[in-house]
Amino acid sequence: MTGKRIESAVEAIARVQSGQTIMVGGFGLVGAPLTLIDALVDHSDATDLTIVSNNIGEPGRGLGKLLRQGRILRGIGSYFTSNPEAVAAVNSGWIEATLLPQGTFAEAIRAGGAGIGGFYTPVGAGTLLAEGKESRVIDGVPHVLERPLRADIALVYADRGDELGNLWYRRTARNFNPVMATAADMTIAEVGSLVETGTIEPEAVATPHVYVDCLVLRA
Amino acid sequence: MSDPKLAIAERAARELRHGEVVNLGIGIPNLIPGFLEDGARVFVHTENGLLGVGPRPAADEVDADLVDAAKQPVTAIDGASYFDSAASFAMIRGGHVDVAVLGALQVSAHGDIANWAVPGKDVLGVGGAMDLVVGAKRVVVTMTATASSGEPKLVGECTYPVTARHAADVVITEHAVFRFPEGALTLTELYAGATLEQVRKETEAPFAVSLEAA
Repeated sequence: MTGKRIESAVEAIARVQSGQTIMVGGFGLVGAPLTLIDALVDHSDATDLTIVSNNIGEPGRGLGKLLRQGRILRGIGSYFTSNPEAVAAVNSGWIEATLLPQGTFAEAIRAGGAGIGGFYTPVGAGTLLAEGKESRVIDGVPHVLERPLRADIALVYADRGDELGNLWYRRTARNFNPVMATAADMTIAEVGSLVETGTIEPEAVATPHVYVDCLVLRA
Repeated sequence: MSDPKLAIAERAARELRHGEVVNLGIGIPNLIPGFLEDGARVFVHTENGLLGVGPRPAADEVDADLVDAAKQPVTAIDGASYFDSAASFAMIRGGHVDVAVLGALQVSAHGDIANWAVPGKDVLGVGGAMDLVVGAKRVVVTMTATASSGEPKLVGECTYPVTARHAADVVITEHAVFRFPEGALTLTELYAGATLEQVRKETEAPFAVSLEAA
């Protein structure tokens, strides 16, 4: 069996280049790959990053650290209000923000990982978030065309991973991690524990190993 | 009940039917479980990926991996299920959530809801609110009749950015219940002690009156 490369967080994060688009899992800090984020903060010079994440961490925590370093060019997510420093950075023009309804954000990532070129959703039709977007009426209901989201690299977190890269998520720490794992050219999975292949019940694998390129153990 | 928020939650609890799947927003909607009638049971959905939210945990039972959409610790009941965010919103948009109960800044005479952004305030992003008001089968708005400034929240047209058009099915305030038969705002219930005159004073939107027998 060919196992996935098991790397240190520093090795794994060395792949991140300036100007890239990076997806980061988690709902706030819950289920966020905090060891990988710390390595990106402390051991990488990559800048002008586009961060695709539901939130931009909290002040000085998670992605909030990267924000303080001024290395985020643009954020794509659904709710940045939870980090007042991100709000200030957007209002003063230091970073650009693209904000989507949360379900549209999740579905755009799913579409990106599933080879779908876009989708029409009724969510957001007739609101500020639909401005500039193509729209059409389907069965009498206004819909908005949304494009898929993809990234160069996805950083995800799972409670358990096996040596092949199959992932098992715990409780609500699952959130955006499974869809993000599918939607990047390279997926780096941080795992709480690395288990022997065969230990995770096949029915309980939420991310099959095909989506995972390398594994990093949580610090 | 003197606390307007508790009065609203108590009345809103009676909008939920046994066995329904409900998504409860932050604030007043979160008070509703305490007012469900004995034996009434609903399944609480939280959009970050759990169907079957249980009570808040004791301090020594908090699990960092188990939170609601407000990122507050919760528990999961027997029979609960976890799913990813795309599946959670597919559940919402696909009409599988029976009721969304949420607060609002304004509701218009046509049922437009504004509940995510106040011009000039630091709000960046709508979170799951738009998906919920569009996707849930019934949308129950729980809000005080007026803002802290005294401005009525039931208005002719929303002046704040809207979350969705024609989305509200029921509006519950501390004095009254409104519904939208034929899409038009209609007062359907006055609580004991509340008067039509009082409700007219605190409501900017024009409304019809069709009181249901209590």
